[in-house]
Amino acid sequence: MSFDPSCPVPAPDGPLVTLAHGGGGRAMHRLLAEHIGPSVGDGALRHDGAVVDVVRDGGRLAVTTDSFVVTPLFFPGGDIGKLAVYGTVNDLVATGAEPRVLTLGLILEEGLPLATLDRVLASIRSAADEAGVRVATGDTKVVERGKGDGVFINTTGLGEVPSSVEIGAWKVREGDAVLVSGDVGRHGMAVLSVRESLGFATPIESDCGSLLPNWRALQAANVVPSCMRDCTRGGLAASVVEIGGAADVDIVLDEGSIPVDPGVRAACEILGLDAVHLACEGRMVVFARAEDADTALAALKSVEPSAARIGTVTEGTGRVWLRDAYGGERLLDLPLGEALPRIC
Amino acid sequence: MKYVDEFRDPAAVRALAEELRQATTRPWRIMEVCGGQTHAFVRFGIDRLLPDGVELIHGPGCPVCVTSVEVIDRALALAARPDVVFCTFGDMLRVPGSTTDLLQVKAAGGDVRTVYSPLDAVKLAQQLPDKQVVFFAVGFETTAPGAAMAVHHAAQAGIDNFSVLVAHVLVPPALEAIAGAEDTAVNGFLAAGHVCTVMGTEAYRPLAEHYSMPIVVTGFEPTDLLRGLLACVRQLEEGRAEVENAYERAVRDEGNPAARTMVERVFEPVEQQWRGIGALPASGLGLREAYHRFDAARRFDLPPGEGREDPECRAGEVLRGVCKPEDCAAFGNRCTPDHPLGAPMVSSEGACAAYYRYRRTA
Repeated sequence: MSFDPSCPVPAPDGPLVTLAHGGGGRAMHRLLAEHIGPSVGDGALRHDGAVVDVVRDGGRLAVTTDSFVVTPLFFPGGDIGKLAVYGTVNDLVATGAEPRVLTLGLILEEGLPLATLDRVLASIRSAADEAGVRVATGDTKVVERGKGDGVFINTTGLGEVPSSVEIGAWKVREGDAVLVSGDVGRHGMAVLSVRESLGFATPIESDCGSLLPNWRALQAANVVPSCMRDCTRGGLAASVVEIGGAADVDIVLDEGSIPVDPGVRAACEILGLDAVHLACEGRMVVFARAEDADTALAALKSVEPSAARIGTVTEGTGRVWLRDAYGGERLLDLPLGEALPRIC
Repeated sequence: MKYVDEFRDPAAVRALAEELRQATTRPWRIMEVCGGQTHAFVRFGIDRLLPDGVELIHGPGCPVCVTSVEVIDRALALAARPDVVFCTFGDMLRVPGSTTDLLQVKAAGGDVRTVYSPLDAVKLAQQLPDKQVVFFAVGFETTAPGAAMAVHHAAQAGIDNFSVLVAHVLVPPALEAIAGAEDTAVNGFLAAGHVCTVMGTEAYRPLAEHYSMPIVVTGFEPTDLLRGLLACVRQLEEGRAEVENAYERAVRDEGNPAARTMVERVFEPVEQQWRGIGALPASGLGLREAYHRFDAARRFDLPPGEGREDPECRAGEVLRGVCKPEDCAAFGNRCTPDHPLGAPMVSSEGACAAYYRYRRTA
């Protein structure tokens, strides 16, 4: 019989989110004025619409939207607020854009402690500041208890792609080098470890972070990638498989060169999972012309030392191959859904 | 990574493959019993390093695959009950029953939860006293001790809202059925290393002797697999048929006495239905009388399972080593991991899933 040291009477959470906070009345205005506004700036509450100055001098508008529903809200290395900012910022970065503004949609569950909301908002603020984006407008709804998971967040991001930048799967060519901006699989394993109470002796921290510094380093080194893609759900595998399919080329990855944190690798061995399929939230795969590969790698390593060159684009029909240490190759495919831990 | 890298070292793998090539003078067909071994062979491409004379036959050692459709139908019926919280290992979620699977039942409102340990299900039963918590006890001798521990713990703590739906299977009777079959294609076995970690090696001695087949206890890393094959081929070439342990770092002859005692206290051998193989005497585990009150099959009035299988699926032949996944007409077109016709296409230990995942070229 194990002994549970937690106190049977939970400590009071302080004031909670109630349905009134979503009702459009005084409670809602207080929520905006006292919690959301001070944290993320009053752009989020002045008006439902915002006029923003995003594109200048022949640049193009980049737009992306993403919803965040992570459980638990706080995990080693990050939280849903940080995730909601960087997830959208990274989607913009992968198009070659300079992120400018975000919109912030909050769906709060009745009963959420306001202190928890404040922590999430503070995290949104600090991530937005770091990425140099402004929350231009937003929306807040409250759903009944049991109909949400504490907080759901939607962010839409707008950015500017300079006229000199053209990045996308259609630019990928046979012979391109494939690089990854850092070790893969950490976010997926960090969330799994807290969700399933796996209790690893060495906590695995999410890689949740902005890819803007990585992109800036590439630009400073005068590298124009043919394609960049942030690795999120489905991990490195999903990003590479998508690009291979879109570019109609085969991609050969050298399994041994894919960087994986030793803790993540050990956890994968225990659970029967493959790190290339686990989610990342601060990593991207970069395709560059072979002659730029060394420069690109050096630029990526200056931001994150675990960055690596992991493969090559070959002629083909959209398949991705993993070359193993014994000279064999196997097909890398998307898993059907969530990875299911095996029995024995 | 310590304890893994040294067993995946490319130089060591190439040296062992060369040694195996030199040791092989005649064709041999060797069955790796465990689905974990099948996946390791295909994932690391070790099967492609073997000399022409050595052919691998994939064995029935995938617990998900050999669980009969009738049992899965009963699990589905239980999981759909509003008073039940149904706990399972993740592998079972997508295995098709006659009409549906556990993920569909969950989407339709059934309370289906993935657990990593049977004891987590007992804990859940304590937290949810108004619910009936059922654990789906599947697996070979490797997972049986955990299930036995859970039942024993529930009995000691008087946790009456916990029960188990038992579908445990045992390896030696399956080996006997394969070795003794008239059309057997197998010359020797690589026994499943982790089963032997629990049960030890003694149960295999009479089999090796009676059927004159070498049985080599084998691990799961590339050098483990090659060492197991090498030992098996050497025995065959020399005309020996012995039980040999090539997984010394994990397996002792006596196994794990504490785990065996717990299994023997809670369970007794019973006849068991194997998907694709049929009923085998004393090939499964049932709860002993003292623990009958924790038997979900007795506690709940369960309809007899329909047990309908897709006629095109050749899972049974794949599980007996009679055919390879690619020999099945449905493989890779009508039957894929997205739309599996049979369990070997679902499970992370199923041979069809291994071939689909790593070998498909189109």
